[in-house]
Parts: sequence; structure tokens; C-alpha cells
Amino acid sequence: MQGAISFHPDSALSAIAQILWLIPAAPIVASGLIAMLKQPRRKAAATLAIGSLAFSLLLSLIAFGHVLSGWAHGAVVREVVNFTWFHFGSAHVDLGWVLDPLAAIMLVMVSFVGLLIFIYSVGYMAHDENFTRFFCFMSLFAGAMLGVVISNSLLLLFMFWEIVGLTSYLLIGFWYQKPSAAAAAKKAFITTRVGDIFFFLGIVWLFSQTGTLVLYKGGGGAIEPAALARLLSQHAGLGLSAAGAIGLLIFAGAVGKSGQLPLHVWLPDAMEGPTPVSALIHAATMVAAGVFLVTRMYPLMQIGAHPGGTTVALTVVTWVGASTAVFAALIAVAQNDIKRILAYSTISQLGYMMAGLGLGGVAVGMFHLITHAFFKSLLFLGAGSVIHGCHEEQDIRRMGGLKVDMPLTFITYAFGMLALCGFPLFFSGFWSKDGILEAAQHWDVSKAPLVMLVVGALLTAFYMTRQVCYVFFGYWRGQKVAHESPKVMTLPLVILAFFAMALGLIGTPAWPWFHAFLENRGVKFNLHGFAEPGLGLLMLASSLVVFLGLGIGWWLYGNKSPEPEEPDALEKSAPWLWAGLRDRLYVDELYGVTVIAFYAWWARVADWLDRRVWGGIVAAVAWLFGLWAQLNRLLDVYWVDGGFDKTCEELSSSGGLLARVESGRVQNYLRILAAAVVALAAVLLWSSRP
Amino acid sequence: MTPLATPLAGYLLVAALLFAIGLAGALTRRNAIMVLIGIELMLNAANLNLIAFWRFGPHPEALTGMMFAIFSIAVAAAEAAVGLGLVIAIYRHTNTTELDKINRMKG
Repeated sequence: MQGAISFHPDSALSAIAQILWLIPAAPIVASGLIAMLKQPRRKAAATLAIGSLAFSLLLSLIAFGHVLSGWAHGAVVREVVNFTWFHFGSAHVDLGWVLDPLAAIMLVMVSFVGLLIFIYSVGYMAHDENFTRFFCFMSLFAGAMLGVVISNSLLLLFMFWEIVGLTSYLLIGFWYQKPSAAAAAKKAFITTRVGDIFFFLGIVWLFSQTGTLVLYKGGGGAIEPAALARLLSQHAGLGLSAAGAIGLLIFAGAVGKSGQLPLHVWLPDAMEGPTPVSALIHAATMVAAGVFLVTRMYPLMQIGAHPGGTTVALTVVTWVGASTAVFAALIAVAQNDIKRILAYSTISQLGYMMAGLGLGGVAVGMFHLITHAFFKSLLFLGAGSVIHGCHEEQDIRRMGGLKVDMPLTFITYAFGMLALCGFPLFFSGFWSKDGILEAAQHWDVSKAPLVMLVVGALLTAFYMTRQVCYVFFGYWRGQKVAHESPKVMTLPLVILAFFAMALGLIGTPAWPWFHAFLENRGVKFNLHGFAEPGLGLLMLASSLVVFLGLGIGWWLYGNKSPEPEEPDALEKSAPWLWAGLRDRLYVDELYGVTVIAFYAWWARVADWLDRRVWGGIVAAVAWLFGLWAQLNRLLDVYWVDGGFDKTCEELSSSGGLLARVESGRVQNYLRILAAAVVALAAVLLWSSRP
Repeated sequence: MTPLATPLAGYLLVAALLFAIGLAGALTRRNAIMVLIGIELMLNAANLNLIAFWRFGPHPEALTGMMFAIFSIAVAAAEAAVGLGLVIAIYRHTNTTELDKINRMKG
């Protein structure tokens, strides 16, 4: 194995593509520096984190501008830098990064939203004693997320993906003194791991089939036509080609990360983390990484589809997304924790994105991802502002009337809420959601997703109205008086509110700039876009659905401000349904009696095997060896040692005897000498006789 | 040279006696000086033998035995000087000349 990293910079590459790696590197380096800071240096930590991310944002904007100008000239911008990480045998593992419209859009979104949330965090975390640790983790997260976005190698993407998962774990468990936070962190980590195992299997399979994990490589990449044709020609059983099977495995990873059914259970619990974390990681970016992954691997998912048709993989994506969208929206109706409502809403919206990808392609799903990133992080930061202003109260039944106490938060929150509901024409969520509904309308396989998504939209409008009524209308039911948050927190809200509204303008049917940009085709403003058959009707219908949801919500909750102990308006009419929704449709309980119970049983079996069977064998072997050792000891003591001791004894006694001759008395020596001479003389005399 | 009245055996007997007395002295006396004196006696017994064997030997005209004896006496004198020097050095070190108490090489 050769450890050398060799670069092959293409001279045709633009400068920005060559230094693209700096975008994720800057926050990661900042994170390392913050980790080495001494604890109390808050200002340095915040400056490093915000400065590095601002640098990344700057580079991202340059990269975006570069892609934009290339696109304006009609060129397909996809610049890649690949390098070999290591060789083994004849194979080698390549890593690399890519600059294309998808990466450029994600880069700008992640670094921009991230920067706003960092700034907000300075205010939100001001009183936390672990301020520097927070920014260390946040920076690491931002760097890894930007890394996911630019990776041109599935392996590199997977590495960043796991770092992102790690920081998610660290930040959910940021207040690890709380047992619930520690448990939630563990739950998030383990649940996403289930998906990641499938993801990794998919990676391995892809590598074994194509011999590379690099996505784009001038025709030799894993998701370029040559490799895809090979994957398509292989059958993996169950009517799937290898491409479809690998696509499904990778989608399983996305299901874990993006909280889709059935792996959504970790995301609501993840709200135990600080609110900026929820906004950045569990609403805007990380959970969207799953959607991004499907988008990145879209050629793999799509290969084999007839024109206008679909593939098994994309069908699965659609159904999972659509059922998640409606399922999570149902649960969100009956939650009372302000962040939990938003968490279920996030799951539901991620379902929309997945469904959008499955139904209408890359642009439809991605557009909702981008708009959602802005309005959902706005909502989370607004919720954080509310929690901050209400002295760490999270139960919406103990709030109320905040529109007077926190006017700026209320206005921005309302913008986010209307965007999320898809309030017609003026808010981004309307256009992105409409794109998905329109795609569902044209889907040939089934019309059920359309129905599910419309029901989801109705529920979304309803639960958001309920939440806003509880929090901002009526009268104050908390203990201490609420106060408006500092400017450092409200400023990001205002900026995000602007984008929650304005972003819709880049993806209207009349000017589908976003879609054209992602799909590399031209675009011009054309009001006839609205005249497409069925579109006007659909827009009208979805608007009506939104108004219906808002209306029912206002009618049920309005200015009523029920007391905290009072049953909910819905609870009075359908208590059994309410109980089911409040208890999250018993998914956790279901896992408790199936997966976890099986695990516990299996652990007990393994424990019994360990103690009784393996332990017994080990003990028997140990006993045998003990016996053998005893035997050896006896041999040693009585046989080997006996002979040895005897020899030593004899040697020492004879030595003693000889030592007595050497008495040191000169006259003794002389006597011996004399005796010897006499003896010699006697011998001579004796022998000389004839 | 005049013939001698006493036969060789007589001289040898005297020399043997002298040697035995010297040996007895060297072996029995405790005082290092007395031991040295015993050794000198034994040496002289040997000298006496040298002279006697020369005088009764085949070439009495050559002074070989005499020369041996004179050499031997000179060597004995040197040896006595060394021996006495040693005895004085030992006495200064251990404050005794009794050989029974001087039984260690280590100072």
C-alpha cells in the first residue's frame, strides 16, 4: 500500500475549484483552534467560529458566482479535483471534490444559514458556561457539512457524513448533565447508525461493481453513464438491477439521516440540544443531508427509467417521503412542546422533499430543501427566542400573548409560519410545495401521494396555526414576565424572514430559475408558465387547503388561551385520537416491544451463553492448566530442585574445606611446604633405590 | 689442597642439623623476625652443603662451590633486607610482628 497522495490538478480548472477544499477546511481548523483555547476565552471562540464561517461563505459566494457565470454562457459547469488516497493491490481509492450547481447552491445555503445561526448563538448561549465547547462543535459541524456538500467521492462523503453525525451526537448531548439529553444523543446516534450500515453496504457494493467511488471523473466515475450502464445490466434479484439495489441501500442511509419513516424517532428527541443546534443541524442542514445525498446519487436512482417513467428506487423514495409527510404532520398536531412541534414539522417537510425527488426530480426536491432551510431555521430561532424570552419555558400551554411582549419575534415567526404553511403567492414555501404537488399530479403510477401530500399540507397549516395561537395570541399564562430577545438574536431572524419570503421568487412557474440552474438549461421570464394545464387549478386548490387549515386552527384555538391543565380543543371531541397522536402514534412503544425487546432478549441469551457455556469452557481449561501447573511445581520442588540443591550443598561444603587451607597464616603454609619437601625427598629416595 | 680429616657425611650431617634447627625455628616461633632468622639458618645449611660438595667433588681446584656460596650469601643478605623491610612495614601497619595475628592480605 502506498501512502502517497498525488494531485493531478487539471490546468483547465478554475482557481475557485482548486481551492474549494478551503471552504470546509476553514471551520474545521477553527474548531481545532477553539478546542485548544482556554475555557474562559469566549470572545476568541466566537470570533474564530464566525470568522471562519464568514470566510467559507465568501468563498462559497465566489464559487456560486463562478458556476452562475458559466451557466449564463451556456456551459455545463462541473469541475472536479480528484486525487488518489491510497493503493491496495491493483485497486486504488480516490477522493475528490466537485463544483457544480448543486454543490454551489448547497454551499451558499449552508454557510449563509450557518453564519446567521452562529451569530444568533452568541446571544442565545451567552450565559452558558461551556460557550467555547459549543462553538468548537458547531464549527466542526459546519466544516463537515460543507465537506459533505462538495465531496466528489462517496467515501469522502461518507466520512464527512459520519463527522456530521458525531457532532450531532455531541450537540444533542451538549447539556449531558440532563439524563434526557444524554439519552436523546445516544438514540440519535444509534438510530442513524442503522441507516448508515445500509449506506455503507451500498458503498461497498458500488465499489465492488464499478471499482471506484468517485462520482464524476470525466466519464470514469461511478454515476457516469458507463458505470451506470454496467450496473443496470446486472440483476440483484427481486426484479431490481444492481443500480436500483445500491440506490435503495444508499437511500436507507438518507432515511436515517433525514428522519424518514421508520427511522424518524430520533429527530424529535434531538430537540434536547440547544435551540441553535436544532435550527442548524436538525432543521436546516444535517437532516437535509439525506435529501442532498439522494440528489447527489440521482443518476443512480434514475437509471433505467423510461422517458416520463420511474424506477423502483424512486418509487420507494416517493412512498416513504409521502407517508412520512402525512404521518409526522399528524403527530405534530398533538404536541405541546414548542420545539417538538417544529421537529415533527421538519420530519414532515423532509418527507415532502423526498417525495419531490421521487416524483419530480432533482430540482423539485432541492427547491423545497433550500426554502425549508431558511424558513425552518427561522422558526427554530424564533422558538429559541421565545424560549429565551420565557425563561426556558418550552410548553406552549404556559405561554400566550407574546405578540405584545415580543413583537419582532412574533412578526418574523409569523413569516416563517406562513412560509411553512405555504401561504399563497408571497411566501417561498408555497412555490416549493406547489412544485411537489404539481409533480405528484403528473405522476403516472398512483395518485395516492398527491392525496397524502395535500392532507399533509392541510395538517401543516393547522398545527402551525395552533402553535402560533397558543404562543403569541390570547393572554400570558407563564410565571415570570416575558421579554424580547437581544438584537444579536433578532437580527438573524429578520434576515431569515426576508429570505423565507423572497426565495420563492426564484422558483415560480413563470420564472423557474432555480430548476433551470440545477438542471443546466436556459430560462426566461414567461407568464405562460402559469397557463400549464391543471396548474392554475392546483394552485387554487392548494391555496384553499392552506386557508382551510389556517381557518380551522383559528376557529379552534383563536384567542382562547385555555389554561395549561385544560384539555385541548381537539381532545374534547376525539379523546382517543388525541391520545394516540400525543403519544406519537406509539412508534417508540412499538420499537420498545419489538426491536429493543428482541435486543434485550438476545443480550440475555448472549449473557447466558457467556456465563454458562463459554465461561464454563474457559473455567475448565483454566482448571486443567492449574492442575498441570501443580504437577510441574511438585516436579520442580522435589526432583529438579532436590538434585540442584544437593549439588550446591556439596560444592559449598567442599569449598569451605578448601578455604580452611588458605588460613592466611604464613607458618601453616611453611609447614605444608616442609611436609611436601619431606614427602618429595622420601619419594625420590624410595624411587632411586635399585 | 690438604686432605680433610672429616669425611663428607660429617659436613652433611652438620648441614642437615642446621637446616632442621632453622626449619624448626621458622615453623615454631611466633615472631616474624625469629622466623626470618630460621630461614637464614636454613639458607646457610644449604651454603654449607654447596661448599662441602664442592670440596669433595671431582674438581676442587675450580672455585665453583665457593662462588655459589658467596652469591647465595649476597642474595640472602638482600633477601634479609627485604624481609626485614616487610616486617617493619607490617609492624607499622598492624602494630604487631606476631605471625598468628597477621593472616589477612587486606589492609
